[in-house]
Parts: sequence; structure tokens; C-alpha cells
Amino acid sequence: MSVNKKIVADLIENGVEFVTTVPCKQLAGVIDEIDRSDSIYHIPSNKEDEGMGLCAGASMGGKRSAIIMQNTAIGVTINTLVTLIQYYHIALPMLISYRGELGEPVACQTEMAVHTKALLAQLNIPTYHFHAAGDVDELDAILKYCFMSKKPVAILTDASFWKGA
Amino acid sequence: MIRSEVLKSIIPIITDKLVVCNIGLPSQELHLMDDQPSNFYMLGTMGLSSSIGLGLALAQKDKVIAIDGDGSVLTNFGTLPTIANNVADNFILLIIDNGSYGSTGDQPTYAGLRTSLTAVAEACGCENVVECRAEDTATVLQQALDSNQMTIIVCKCESGNIPVPVIDMDPVVIKHRFMQEVQARNNG
Repeated sequence: MSVNKKIVADLIENGVEFVTTVPCKQLAGVIDEIDRSDSIYHIPSNKEDEGMGLCAGASMGGKRSAIIMQNTAIGVTINTLVTLIQYYHIALPMLISYRGELGEPVACQTEMAVHTKALLAQLNIPTYHFHAAGDVDELDAILKYCFMSKKPVAILTDASFWKGA
Repeated sequence: MIRSEVLKSIIPIITDKLVVCNIGLPSQELHLMDDQPSNFYMLGTMGLSSSIGLGLALAQKDKVIAIDGDGSVLTNFGTLPTIANNVADNFILLIIDNGSYGSTGDQPTYAGLRTSLTAVAEACGCENVVECRAEDTATVLQQALDSNQMTIIVCKCESGNIPVPVIDMDPVVIKHRFMQEVQARNNG
């Protein structure tokens, strides 16, 4: 099974029915796979904080939700993560492309990369880093942990992970 | 009419509906006038009332009214194309447009100057966009509910506020009782 199929299969297995995305080149394959799934409602959002609002609403409507976005979005969403997702105890898996790591061709991406883990740590957001293709095997347990704890959880997926996928 | 008077005029209509209410004074006014388990009060996160409302409407069957403000819609402009392209006929977005940032001291917004939120919503592809006078809001809202079609209402009202206490309910309590209400309605 490809990594993209495995990620979407784990989302479905964990009852995720509502996914919002803001695209990244590294995430194109998984977004295509989300689109192909009949059991997930895919709602692209224009900005990641908007997407988190959509997820919060769907979650209160009884549908488990997830967001797929780039790590640059951490800079966009800190207020929403703190005053909506964390303040109201809303479970939110965040599948994040970790741009600016080894293999990155675009220099500017390294600027947010160096802040990504520090920001997530400052926000007390449980953070997992997928570097090798096999790291995806932990996704199922991460999703279960996220919905059990009713917290946002970050899954950083770097270029090496996608290269090996 | 100012926003609190508009809210007062629609309470008979929204009291038994699922309502997502905008941060600051709108939530505080609604909480003061008609606190209900079916109200979700935003205690933070300016701009996301319409997004939370749309997500909720797409996820379950009951009708949802998101009460928003012109300043908040301007903050989260990307919401309008998302709403237009993800039609939920159980969703009504009520934008109370007083042309000002009411909760922060009535500073003017661009919606009170040259920018028409009605025209923007239409340009974004929203199909049922109704602009109304504050006095007509209750009638227009009832018509929108009766139509069973997703509707964006832009209610043009005057700027101004009444003194209201802050909401001291815990966020998890607001969410918990709201979700229980949502669940009961969908199981009924």
C-alpha cells in the first residue's frame, strides 16, 4: 500500500469523515487520495485558520475532522489553535508537510522550518516527525491518541519521508 | 436599530435553532438576552463564526444560523468562496453589518465605507444573498429558514452598543452542552 493510501486508510479507520486542506507540493498525492475517498468530505479552505474553524464546526456536529497543511501555516494559525482548538478541547489531527528540511530546494522555506518545532513546543502541541517511510506506521496510534486526548496533534512529514514513500 | 436591537428582534426565531455566535459583544448580548444550550458562543478567534457554522451545517442535519459581523467577515474573507462552493441548505449566515468594529470601540470598517459585503458574497458565487434593513431582519430570516436554501443575509444596521457583562461560562461547558443539543436533535 502506498503511503498516501495508508494515510487515508488510517484516517478512515479512525472515523475521520471531514478533511480540510491547503495544498503543498509534498501533499499533492495525499490530497488526491482524499478526493478519491467516498467516505471523507473534502473541503479545501483558503487559509488554514478558516480550515480549523470548519473542522471545529464539523467536530461539534459529530464528525471527526482533520486538517492537511504546510508548516508555514503554524505562523497563520497560532491564535486559532490557542483560543479555539485548545481552549474548547477540540481534537484536531494536523498532517503537516515539513518544508525547509533536508532536500529543500526553496531557501525561504528554511525560515519557517527553523521555528516550526519550537512554536509547536511552545504551544504544548504533541508533535511527531515522520522522516523515514516506515514512520507512517505510527499514524494509527497518533490518531487514536488525538481523539482520546481532545487535543490538536501535529504530524510533521519531511521531504525524506515523501521521497521514500 | 443597533445590533442588540436586531438580536432582540430575532430571538423569537433563533431561540430554538442552532446558533453559532460571533466573538465579543454579539455573543455577550445573545448570552444576556437568551442563553440556550443551542447557542455556541465564541470566546475568542475573531472571524471564524461563519466557518464554524458551515462546518457544523455540513456535518449534521439540523438548521444552523451563524451570526457574524462585517468586521469579522472582512477578517476571514476567504470564507465566502468556501461557503459558495460547499452549499449546505441547512445553513444561514447572518451578517450584522453596522459598518464598525463594535467590540473594540466602533472604529469604522471598510464595509461601512465603499465595500459592499452583499456584492462581495455574490461575486464569490453565493446564490441567495439578501441585503435588508435592520427593521426587516426577522422577516428576512424567517423567509430564509422557510426556503430551505442556504442564504447569506446582510443586515444593515446602525453602530452602537449596550453595556453587557462578559461571558463567564467555561469554553468546554459551552461546547459540551451545545454538542449534547446537536446530538439530541440529530437522534430525534
